[in-house]
Amino acid sequence: MSTDITTSQRPTPPSYEVPKVYRYGALIVGFFVLVIFPLVFNNPTISTIGVFAMIFLMAVTGWNIFSGYTGYIALGHAVFFGIGQYATAMLSSYWHINPGMWTFVLIPVSMILAGVAAIPIGFMILRVRKHTFIVLTIALMFIFQLFAYNLRSWTGGSQGLEVGQPGWDGSVFNLPYYYVGLFVAIIAIITSFMIRRSKFGLSLLAIRDDEDRARSLGINTTRSKLIAFIISAVFLGAAGCIYAMFVGSVYPQFSFDPAFDLELSIMAFAGGLGTILGPSLGALIISAAQQYFLISFGGANVFLIVYGALFIVILRLLPGGVVPAISDKWRSHVVRKEQRKLDAEIQGPAEGGAKK
Amino acid sequence: MLVLQAIIEGVLVGGFYALMAAGLTLVFGVMDIVNFAIGALIVLGAYLSYSVCNHLHIDPFLSLLITTPLMTGLGMFIYVFLIKPIKTNRVVMSLLTMFAVATLIEGILDICYNSGFVQIHASYINNSLKIGKLNFPLIYVLSFLLSVFLLGCLFLITYRTKFGRSLRASMQNPVAARLVGIDTDRVSMITLGIGIGLAAIGGMVFGTTNAFNASSSYDIISRLLVIVILGGFGSVGGALVSAIFMLVIQDVVAVVWSPVWGSTTFYMILILVLLVRPQGLFGKKGVRAQ
Repeated sequence: MSTDITTSQRPTPPSYEVPKVYRYGALIVGFFVLVIFPLVFNNPTISTIGVFAMIFLMAVTGWNIFSGYTGYIALGHAVFFGIGQYATAMLSSYWHINPGMWTFVLIPVSMILAGVAAIPIGFMILRVRKHTFIVLTIALMFIFQLFAYNLRSWTGGSQGLEVGQPGWDGSVFNLPYYYVGLFVAIIAIITSFMIRRSKFGLSLLAIRDDEDRARSLGINTTRSKLIAFIISAVFLGAAGCIYAMFVGSVYPQFSFDPAFDLELSIMAFAGGLGTILGPSLGALIISAAQQYFLISFGGANVFLIVYGALFIVILRLLPGGVVPAISDKWRSHVVRKEQRKLDAEIQGPAEGGAKK
Repeated sequence: MLVLQAIIEGVLVGGFYALMAAGLTLVFGVMDIVNFAIGALIVLGAYLSYSVCNHLHIDPFLSLLITTPLMTGLGMFIYVFLIKPIKTNRVVMSLLTMFAVATLIEGILDICYNSGFVQIHASYINNSLKIGKLNFPLIYVLSFLLSVFLLGCLFLITYRTKFGRSLRASMQNPVAARLVGIDTDRVSMITLGIGIGLAAIGGMVFGTTNAFNASSSYDIISRLLVIVILGGFGSVGGALVSAIFMLVIQDVVAVVWSPVWGSTTFYMILILVLLVRPQGLFGKKGVRAQ
C-alpha cells in the first residue's frame, strides 16, 4: 500500500516495477489461455468450472472497483448479485423471453437495474465508515434476503423462481455463457484499468489512504464513493444475470448469500486488494479451486474444511496477495542487481578483473 | 396481553443475546477486530453441549462446566496462532482469518454431526412458568438469569479487578497501555478467551431453545453484529440495551403484524438508527484514524 510512496521518494528510481514487456506479455498470454480454454477442455464438467470462474471474475473485478480502491470493505454486494438474478428470473417470465441467445439481452437490463438500486443504497450506507460500514452492508444483504423470502407474490418466497434453460446440446451448452461471461469480465477489467489510471481513480485511492485529508484537498468524497459504488454494482448485476441463466433457478438463500460476499473478498485479498489484475487472478484461481474441490470431494463439508484451511494458509503466507508479492519479489530482485552493479563499480578498478 | 407477553419474552431472549454480543463487543474493543467466527463458535458450543449432555447424561447447564473451559482454551489458541501473527491491515485481515476459522469449524461440524437439525434436551425444556395469564418458557427464564449473572460477573471483572483495569486501558489506548507496562498481548489473549467462552454459554442456551445445524451460524452472527453496531462498538452496556430493545421490537412486530416481518424490522431499525447516529446508540464518535 505504501509502496508507491517509497518508490516516488527515492532519488533516482531505476524502475522497480515489473517491466511492461512481462506485464503485457502475461496479460496477452492470460487472455489467449482464457479464450481457448473451453475449446481445449471441452469436457462439460471442466467448462462449467470455467463459467463459474468467469462469473466470479467479473464480480470480483466489480467489487474491487469499489472496495479495493476506496478501502471500504463491502460485504453486501450480494445485494446486487441477487438483484441481477431476480431481475433475470422475473423479467424473462414477464417478457416471455424464449430461452436461447435472446436471454442474454437481460444482461444490460440487469446491469442497469443493479446500478439504479445502488444509488439510494449507496446514499444510505456510505455515511458510515470502517466496521460500521461492513456490518451495515451485511445487514442490508439480510434485508434483501428477507424481502425475497417475504414478498411471495413477486419472488416466489422460499420456492424460488425458475429461469428457462435453452435446449442446447450438452457439449456446447456452456460455451455461450463462457464467452459472454468472458466478454463482460474483460469490459469490467478495462473499466477497472481506466478508473485506476484516471483522476477519478486517484481520488478513490486518496479516500482509501486518508478520507479526511482527501476531503480537505477538495475531493468530493461522497460523490466519488457513490460513483464507484454504482459502477461496482453494475458488474455484480451482470454476474447475477449470467449466474441465474446458467444455473436456471433463483432462491433467496443463494441469491443473497453471505458466503458469496466473503468469497469475493477472499478472492480479492488472495490476488491483491486494490491492484488491477490481482483480484482477477484471485478469482480465477480460487473459484476454480473451489469448484474443483466441490466436485472432487462431493458433499459440501470436506470442501469447507479444505477451503478454510487453504484460506488460513494463504493469509499467512501471502498477506498482501499474489500480485503485490510478485512485484515485491521483482523489486528486491532489481535492488539486488543494482547493488551488485554498484559493488562491481566500487571494487572493480581496485581489485581489477575480479568479475568473471 | 399477547403484546405484553411478547415484550417480556423479548427481554428474556434479549438478555442472552446481550451475553453473546458482550463477548463480541469486548473483543472488538480490545483488539479492534470483528470476531466473525462467533456464529460458528456459538454453534460449536451448542454441539459440544449437545454431545456432553448425550454422552454423560447430565443437565445442559452443568455441561457448561466442561464446554466453557474448552472453548476459552480454543479462543486463546486462536489468538496465539492466528490473530497475533497478523502484522499489517489488522482489521480486515483478522476479519478474514476469523471467517476462515468459521468455515473450518462449519465444515468439521458438518462432518461430525451430519447436517440434520438437533436440539439439546432436558426434562424441563417444555415446562413453562405461569404468572397470572402470562406464560413463560422456563428455559428462557433460566437462561436470562444465567446471562444476567454472567454479565454482572463481566462487569465486576472489567471495573473492579486489576485485569479489568488493564483491559480498559488496552481498549482506550493500546500504545499507552503498553508504555505503562501492560502486556496487551496477554490481555488480548484472555479477552478473546472470555469472548469465546461466552460463546460456549450462548451456544448452550441457543441449542436448548432452537433446533440447529452447522449452518445456523449466519443467522446468529448477523443478529449479533447488528446488536453490537447498534449499541456502539466496544460498549457492553450498549450491547445489553440494544439487544433487549431489538428483540422486544422484533417480538412485538411478530405478534402485532406477522412473524415473517419480525426479522426484517430487526435489520430496518439498524439502518434507520445509523442514519441518525452513525456511531450507534452508545458509541463514542470515531476519532480520526492515523
